[in-house]
Amino acid sequence: MAAGPASHGGLRRAQRPHLSKMERMVVSMQDPDQGVKMRSQRLLITVIPHAVTGNDIMEWLIHKYCITEEEALHLGTLLVRHGYLYPLRDPCHLELRLDETPYRFQTPYFWMSTLWPAAELDYAIYLAKKNIRKRGGLFDHEKEHYDQLHRKISHTWDLVVMQAREQLWAAKQRRKGDRLVIACQEQTYWLVNRPPPGVPSVLEQGPERNSCTAGRVQMPTGPFQTKTVDFYRREVECLRKALGRARVKSSVCLEAYLKFSSQRGPHDPIMSGCLPSNPWVTDNDTYWAMNAPSAAVPTRLRVEQWAFSFRELLEDPVGRAHFMDFLSKEFSGEKPPPRLPARAPPPRFPPAWGGPDPVPGPPAENLSFWEACEELRHGGQAQVPALVDAVYQQFLAPGAARWVNIDSRTMERTLVGLGRPHRHVLDDAQLHIYMLMKKDSYPRFLKSDLYKDLLAEAVVPPKTKRRVFPFMRKPRHSSPSPALLPASASREPSGGDGEA
Amino acid sequence: MATDGLHENETLASLKSEAESLKGKLEEERAKLHDVELHQVAERVEALGQFVMKTRRTLKGHGNKVLCMDWCKDKRRIVSSSQDGKVIVWDSFTTNKEHAVTMPCTWVMACAYAPSGCAIACGGLDNKCSVYPLTFDKNENMAAKKKSVAMHTNYLSACSFTNSDMQILTASGDGTCALWDVESGQLLQSFHGHGADVLCLDLAPSETGNTFVSGGCDKKAMVWDMRSGQCVQAFETHESDINSVRYYPSGDAFASGSDDATCRLYDLRADREVAIYSKESIIFGASSVDFSLSGRLLFAGYNDYTINVWDVLKGSRVSILFGHENRVSTLRVSPDGTAFCSGSWDHTLRTKNYLFVSLQVWA
Repeated sequence: MAAGPASHGGLRRAQRPHLSKMERMVVSMQDPDQGVKMRSQRLLITVIPHAVTGNDIMEWLIHKYCITEEEALHLGTLLVRHGYLYPLRDPCHLELRLDETPYRFQTPYFWMSTLWPAAELDYAIYLAKKNIRKRGGLFDHEKEHYDQLHRKISHTWDLVVMQAREQLWAAKQRRKGDRLVIACQEQTYWLVNRPPPGVPSVLEQGPERNSCTAGRVQMPTGPFQTKTVDFYRREVECLRKALGRARVKSSVCLEAYLKFSSQRGPHDPIMSGCLPSNPWVTDNDTYWAMNAPSAAVPTRLRVEQWAFSFRELLEDPVGRAHFMDFLSKEFSGEKPPPRLPARAPPPRFPPAWGGPDPVPGPPAENLSFWEACEELRHGGQAQVPALVDAVYQQFLAPGAARWVNIDSRTMERTLVGLGRPHRHVLDDAQLHIYMLMKKDSYPRFLKSDLYKDLLAEAVVPPKTKRRVFPFMRKPRHSSPSPALLPASASREPSGGDGEA
Repeated sequence: MATDGLHENETLASLKSEAESLKGKLEEERAKLHDVELHQVAERVEALGQFVMKTRRTLKGHGNKVLCMDWCKDKRRIVSSSQDGKVIVWDSFTTNKEHAVTMPCTWVMACAYAPSGCAIACGGLDNKCSVYPLTFDKNENMAAKKKSVAMHTNYLSACSFTNSDMQILTASGDGTCALWDVESGQLLQSFHGHGADVLCLDLAPSETGNTFVSGGCDKKAMVWDMRSGQCVQAFETHESDINSVRYYPSGDAFASGSDDATCRLYDLRADREVAIYSKESIIFGASSVDFSLSGRLLFAGYNDYTINVWDVLKGSRVSILFGHENRVSTLRVSPDGTAFCSGSWDHTLRTKNYLFVSLQVWA
């Protein structure tokens, strides 16, 4: 072979750790004591030593890695497809046959990690050899390549033919067995590196990675690339902060997973199934209809999920609507009066619950405020100033129609920030209100009659009866695409003209 | 960057060694509170029984490798993108194709469905992320309404809408992530810190909704504060490129899949890696990971054409699924957890002129 290991072999290898793992695997397969049973294989009148059969390979894999036959066959096939094993008979197809077909381990010289990328010159020589040996014996795709190469390197074609002839002559000097083996090795190498049409190439890696030079720069002093000062400064900064971080004991964190998984298990359709049935399995989409975002009567599992966390209650439009309902019905007179803000409290028009003492707005305003802040945070950049202003006028300004009660420190910080409105200017206030609802209104909601009634009225769909004739496929209903529905509040922020 | 060569070399070397020593100290600190392993805690948990997942839908229509897919919030529609530039929107329940767009570039490695279901985003070797509003109007060409939102200096590897259609988060081969305003294309925040290509990202399901995690070719998984652009936490235990990251449903942890043939679980409160999902017989990289709804199962697609299902708590492999004829490039569980979809590089040769590629939905 004319070429040696490729120059970018090293760079690409780093992207393919699976190759070194396969190599370690085949090396241990060839271990004299622990490896695959090897035997001599008789091929016509030649005897080839150190051959193994597909079954031997599979048995070894099953035993060594404690895997099933199916997995062992799959793994063995991958080894063959990557050229680490080659068949001595019918070497045109790289697959693992479970008959008496003998296989041998590819010589490391031809390993993908050693000799890659395959050199064009070498391929030309290989094809030329094949052409000389078997006149017109090239496959169609090989003929195409041959012609292409001939055109491309026509100026050195004499060299190609000469090399081919020399290699053929050298091969004739060898014993028949060796000649056969070398031919098979070479053929396998080219099957891997120049697969015939229809056979997926195992060489394909996708677009090149690591070509980016993020944080790297060509140093004026030498050819090596190294990371910039900025990159390391940033890393050091990040590490310093990380050191000061508060951590939680592993036992506490891991217990939380157990609790989470056991709580959610019944809600996980893949783990526990779903009622009436999984649409993908039965082709019946009732499950989706019953759990639609705006379903009139929510299912029991759905209502139960609102008790798992405040976030999940708010994420469910039906849950949120019921929570809003609950908040509206609550009178803040039931709560102990909250701490009054430092400045004069805003006058309320009209005083909905009488009495001269100024009281903050009903808890429902908290949720509305939170929703408005969400719109701001996730809305379009162009809408930010208008939205900030709208939220301030409605919820925070003295005399605001739907005033929310924020502690004075947060309010001061927020008001300062409002001088230069950006999408995160209300984050502090939003978090404060969120926590207020989470710690106060949410637990009360879960204990309320409203919630208990919802649980009691919730639907538990019956399981779909098994179809008697399972091969009769139900027609699958199509559903209207969300893109067809009229614009809803979820899509666009409605803050264009200042209205929340 | 300092222009004084000698000074810079000194600073660079000392910074580098400072970083190394800080990393060592960090590992020590992290180890201090590590009092138990996950599989030990999970001994009390009942083992999972045999469960069967089969291909329920095969979506054929891409002519070339499927690189990425995403579910619509309606739990049945998906968008998928491929090497030849085709981006297709399917109702995967009926297997009908609803929209198709051909991008001007090949290797569309990222695609995402907007939360409203009214638009999709995609990008790849064009270094951009473009948003296409979905229209059923036969007279309208989808490509005509295309909006170019993100501009990177290298390929786009991942993209995701945040809580609304108005913002997009992108990851790129140029080593950065970025947050963009869709309407104007304005860069809202950029995230620097990876030392090589960023390959994946996932938004945290948290109450404040302000963080996301990214993984890259520098073997690091980094958690970012979306507001400040700062890296909040970083983990560097993988031995090769991190191809996929996905949050655990509670938001307290995330899983990663890497070319080192392992998937790992990192806990954010404990601030460390808490589990490795690996097997000696699995030697090809994991390209794509996702959790089942309860977080008990981790589905991982691999470059050896298989999908392995892991018991997240016990650390053992529950099942191996053979269904593809080439590497699995993308895998996502549906929003309601009833199924997952896998996309791969495979194609089935029908006749000499036909090549079909499959996306499969499993349940």
